Amino acid sequence: MASKNNTDIKSLVIRVCVGTGGLAAGSQEVIDEFTKLLKKKGVRAEVLKKCVNKTGCRGFCAKDVLADVIVDGISHTYQLLTAENVARIVEEHIVGGEPVEQWLVGPEYHAFHDKQTKILLHECGHIDPEDINAYTEIGGYNGARKALTMKPENIIAQIKDSGLRGRGGAGFPTGLKWEFCRNADSDQKYIICNADEGDPGAFMDRSIIEGNPHSVIEGMIISGYAIGASFGYIYIRAEYPLAIERLKIALSEARSNGFLGKGIFNSDFDFELKIKEGAGAFICGEETALIASIEGKRGMPRSKPPFPAHKGLLGKPTVINNVETLATLPSIMTKGAKWFSSIGTEKSKGTKVFALTGKIKNTGLIEVPMGISLKEIIYDIGGGMEKKNRTLKAVQTGGPSGGCIPAANIDMPVDYESLAAAGSMMGSGGMVVMDDLTCMVDMSKFFLTFTANESCGKCVPCRVGTKRMLEILTRITEGKGKSSDIDLLLELGKDIKLASLCGLGQSAPNPVLSTLHYFRDEYEAHINEGICPAGVCKSLRRYTVSDEACKMCGKCKTVCPSDAVTWEKKQKAVISKEKCIKCGACYEACPFNAIL
Amino acid sequence: MSDNTINIKMNGVAVQCGLEDTILTASKKAGIRIPTLCHDDRLEPYGGCRLCIVEVNGGMRPLPACTTPVAEGMEIRTETEDVRKIRKSVIALLLSNHPNDCMRCESTGDCTLQDLSYEYEVDGSQYEGEKCELPVRDDNPFITFEPTKCILCGRCVRICNEVVMAGTIDFNGRGFDTIPDTAFGKPRSLDNCEFCGQCVSTCPTGALTDKKARGKGRAHEMKKVRTTCSYCGTGCNFDLNVKDGEVVKVTSAYDAPVNHGNLCVKGRYGYDFIHSDERITTPLIKKGNKYIEATWDEALEYCARRFSDIIKKHGKETVGGFSSSRCSNEENFLLSKFVRTVFKTNNVDNCARV
Ligand SMILES: Cc1cc2nc3c(=O)[nH]c(=O)nc-3n(C[C@H](O)[C@H](O)[C@H](O)COP(=O)(O)O)c2cc1C
Ligand code: SF4
Ligand code: SF4
Ligand code: SF4
Repeated sequence: MASKNNTDIKSLVIRVCVGTGGLAAGSQEVIDEFTKLLKKKGVRAEVLKKCVNKTGCRGFCAKDVLADVIVDGISHTYQLLTAENVARIVEEHIVGGEPVEQWLVGPEYHAFHDKQTKILLHECGHIDPEDINAYTEIGGYNGARKALTMKPENIIAQIKDSGLRGRGGAGFPTGLKWEFCRNADSDQKYIICNADEGDPGAFMDRSIIEGNPHSVIEGMIISGYAIGASFGYIYIRAEYPLAIERLKIALSEARSNGFLGKGIFNSDFDFELKIKEGAGAFICGEETALIASIEGKRGMPRSKPPFPAHKGLLGKPTVINNVETLATLPSIMTKGAKWFSSIGTEKSKGTKVFALTGKIKNTGLIEVPMGISLKEIIYDIGGGMEKKNRTLKAVQTGGPSGGCIPAANIDMPVDYESLAAAGSMMGSGGMVVMDDLTCMVDMSKFFLTFTANESCGKCVPCRVGTKRMLEILTRITEGKGKSSDIDLLLELGKDIKLASLCGLGQSAPNPVLSTLHYFRDEYEAHINEGICPAGVCKSLRRYTVSDEACKMCGKCKTVCPSDAVTWEKKQKAVISKEKCIKCGACYEACPFNAIL
Repeated sequence: MSDNTINIKMNGVAVQCGLEDTILTASKKAGIRIPTLCHDDRLEPYGGCRLCIVEVNGGMRPLPACTTPVAEGMEIRTETEDVRKIRKSVIALLLSNHPNDCMRCESTGDCTLQDLSYEYEVDGSQYEGEKCELPVRDDNPFITFEPTKCILCGRCVRICNEVVMAGTIDFNGRGFDTIPDTAFGKPRSLDNCEFCGQCVSTCPTGALTDKKARGKGRAHEMKKVRTTCSYCGTGCNFDLNVKDGEVVKVTSAYDAPVNHGNLCVKGRYGYDFIHSDERITTPLIKKGNKYIEATWDEALEYCARRFSDIIKKHGKETVGGFSSSRCSNEENFLLSKFVRTVFKTNNVDNCARV
């Protein structure tokens, strides 16, 4: 039907990604342009509303704006779109029936998706997150509807059977946590959704909420009913304005559909939800600190036991679950425990969302079955190293307090146990790929800087210990390391892990300890030989002029602020080791790459 | 075994505890000392200093005694090599951010940090690095705060919020830069602070000290005289710290049955009157417009005569007794008894009525 000059809009659907990444890349402008041009072509407003759809993030943020143009049921996906591209797509593709070949996604788009198993993220790239009907049309809220006909004990049993473990970091069995809370005796219980997501570079939870907020609300209804909580909070960082906006829309739509409020789904179960915005402290993602924050106190963790399932918010039994954990629940309810546990490994079931970043070609958000190998993630989904001439050195998993896994181990499966055995952890799903130009001391310093800054200051080992470790790392990268420093780092790291109060301190030394384990020689090179093997640590660089490459132009002399370059016309430049302050100005300035 | 008893073993010794006991409270029952810095019996357990960590049978990591509830069958060891090593490490870290200048510190000899570094043989030399360099806060009449000496035990913050409920101070900042302070770092003043000095009383180091007593003597030079506060009828006890016949400061008496060491501004800082030049030490009788010093006999004689005259001339209902809430119950009782039996009237009252 999409023949020349045919604007039969019944067969046209356009889906544009409007996650934070998409919006930043200009997806709203793209939508506006499509709407404007299609209107010009005589498409009626209410039909337009149906055919130009917003969807959540589909993960491949490096190629935003992404848009599907589906004519006659045949879908073509465009990448890197801007508003300027739209006119040609309308003319040639929609009107003319010929997709604009040069802007279509390439094979890496398909490779990126082929090895993924999208349970949570599937809807994110397809439905309009601001329209509850889009969700209910594909079976949304059926999980909650079904749960409300079941006995809470049976729901808990089903979740236990599914093998679902918390996706917020610790991997605690979700069903078991619920059972503790269910069995606690109290007049009031609470369910809390942890959407604090403080790991640098992580955006799994944000994307789920932005792309499919109703799945989180539905998950909270299921868990609230199972544990006997009639009230819940969604604790979300204020830095996620779009996610908060979409949640607000979703909550009000759910309310007007009778999915929240008194007697939801015509049952006798009352359930209400409230959004609580956090001010963006990493530590407020820790469950007891999060509770303190909701209570209006300074976000600082407290010792466990008692666990929140017994004594949580306002002293009442409380379950805190991560966004991803909650968003998984509806499909477990509708498709069953068996279906879920058929995905993954013996002890780690289902899928996990990762934020894939670093020196890799395809960065973005991915969802993979537990047990997939790191190699498949990096080379099949990620498309391998960003730069062809670089090699893989290590992968950091588990966020700032995770550990790094060396390239030699990339055949290992990605699941809770294997990552822990390798000295790292699942964490909430950060995955940073590093190439051979990464200095492992510098990398540990980067992560420790984050954890030391984010320490709440309550307990001594974490507050002072991480600071001291950071100072030791800093002096190593500055070439001032002492021979005793490695032992000091090992000792201190061990003590901090053992003696800290909460998970932050207990895991903060991980990046240092794991790189010391796998890359000790790099530390030794810094300390003993004054060399940074990756060439990253500025202070350890020695700028010299290559006799072969120097073309005697003298540029280096003009830029050196420290008068360290000797050069005369028609002579090769020489850099004085004593005077050089290692600012790198000559290195940048040399037109012939003659400075090494 | 009744339902409310929990049996544990501490360092091999069987201890019977209650449901509410933590490992720390149980250790006190057993007469076993576990070191602490952030604990104060008046406050909720905190678990911040990590000095009270102990080994609990086969656990992955040592646990803080102050916050961990006892459980049936627990076997606890409080002095293993491993926990002692961690305590040393914690003290070393604290000293790495401390002036370590005990010679001139106001609190020397009365400082838990000093005692523990002595006991665990740790000095501040293990780690080098940045130290807190915030200036001394001396911007109020009663309390001196030296941030460089603060170990962030949170006791001041908690006593101000949990016991006084004044909410004057809380932690500001994060990580290494955390510091207890008022909102926006304003001076403690009558607008935001009760000046009860509770924070000073609980501070285990020299970070918070009584400003008026600074430089007036060391803890070991003080003679402590237990007394009852004269400001109100509550009956709080405290210790007057006396050096060379002068009351230098007031310190808390934690075993006091009424107040457990807690005091308000009057009890803790209202002792200036003791040595004041303006203090009235003899009765005064007003003659004309002047008050003339008199002996107690003269004064009592004068009062008795005047009351008798008034009653004779105008009747007993024209006199009465009005006593003060600074008096004890016994004193108030005596006054009412006196008025009823001697004046023969029921005109008795007390300022506490208002
Ligand atoms: C320092 C720290 C930060 C954390 N941040 C988060 C977070 O941002 N989101 C989250 O879901 N869990 C976070 N957690 C884990 C939570 O404490 C808690 O275990 C989790 O929310 C439980 O949910 P789950 O069982 O569904 O995983 C953090 C833990 C620590 C120690
Ligand atoms: S480990 Fe760090 S973040 Fe956790 S309570 Fe201690 S100081 Fe705070
Ligand atoms: S003097 Fe009292 S009110 Fe003021 S800060 Fe200290 S404890 Fe709080
Ligand atoms: S001032 Fe004293 S009581 Fe307050 S946190 Fe510092 S050391 Fe503890």
